[in-house]
Amino acid sequence: MNRYFWILGAFVALVALLAVGLGLNPRDVPSPLVGKPAPAFTLPVLAAPETTLSPKDMQGKVWLLNVWASWCVSCRQEHPVLVEFSRIASVPLLGLNYKEVRGDGGFDMGKMSADEEKKLAFQRASQWLSQHGNPYTATIMDLDGRVGIDYGVYGVPETYVIDKAGVIRMKHTGPISPEILSKKIMPLLAELNK
Amino acid sequence: MISRNFALILVFASFFGLTAALPTMAEEAAPLAADPVAEKRLLELSNELRCLVCQNQTIADSNAELAVDLRREIRGMIQAGKTNPEIIDFMVVRYGDFVLYRPPVKGITLLLWGGPIALMLIGFFIMQRYLRQRAKRVAKDQPLTADEAQRAEALLKELDPK
Repeated sequence: MNRYFWILGAFVALVALLAVGLGLNPRDVPSPLVGKPAPAFTLPVLAAPETTLSPKDMQGKVWLLNVWASWCVSCRQEHPVLVEFSRIASVPLLGLNYKEVRGDGGFDMGKMSADEEKKLAFQRASQWLSQHGNPYTATIMDLDGRVGIDYGVYGVPETYVIDKAGVIRMKHTGPISPEILSKKIMPLLAELNK
Repeated sequence: MISRNFALILVFASFFGLTAALPTMAEEAAPLAADPVAEKRLLELSNELRCLVCQNQTIADSNAELAVDLRREIRGMIQAGKTNPEIIDFMVVRYGDFVLYRPPVKGITLLLWGGPIALMLIGFFIMQRYLRQRAKRVAKDQPLTADEAQRAEALLKELDPK
């Protein structure tokens, strides 16, 4: 009797372990960048291609960096949440357009010149924002995804919360739902803006 | 019946046709043909690194966009004369220990590294205990004395009088 009790106990423990494991999101990889200074970049601004923006320009402000692209399906899903956020919050929201043209997969990059790619990327990004609404204070263009690598981007959309000192305080991978915005991001912004 | 066989053949033929076409469709990064040593290092390094998009493939195996980008990045670093630990570090700083197929031994990964050994030790312990108990049981199993053997014989005869 006692022996069967042990076997049953071990089985229940195994089931519990597996249940917990199945409940975890394998996409939720903790970012080593949280708590570290936001990596530097200097990238052209979508609305004014001759000007550039870098994290230094945001020093002293709490801000959000949202990685997006017009070919990214989940970005479409989270976009209304961002538009709503930009209406109610006074926190700057920077858009980092990630590999607008070469990430699409529908283009033969071997046949496209750098100038052509740039032109097409700016055109596509602007068109998408005018179509779906523009929640961004500014959008910067990462054509080759090099800055994306520095930020450890592996699945668009991704969102970073950066504090006044320029330190990354939170990273969210995947689309932002209204719940994540109200329960996680907004309280953090309020705390950082104190 | 004939038409059905024909349809089957058609399905198989198109399947083989498709799979044969696949390798040519995969986007191959331009190799460093001029430098086989660097190419070998690239392969070694990318075999140690996990592709975060597919999660169960290495950067060497995967043809995900990110893997292609990261291979290009590694190639650039090799050409720039970076050492292997420097390149691995570049990846860990950005993507965390998860990017490593052989994560470092530290507090959080102790169970991962020590778990199998601990399970084996527990197994040995249980086996040893079982064997000892069995040995005790066997030791108790004494052969019958001459007296007992006689009695058993008599009882068996009673049951089977022949």
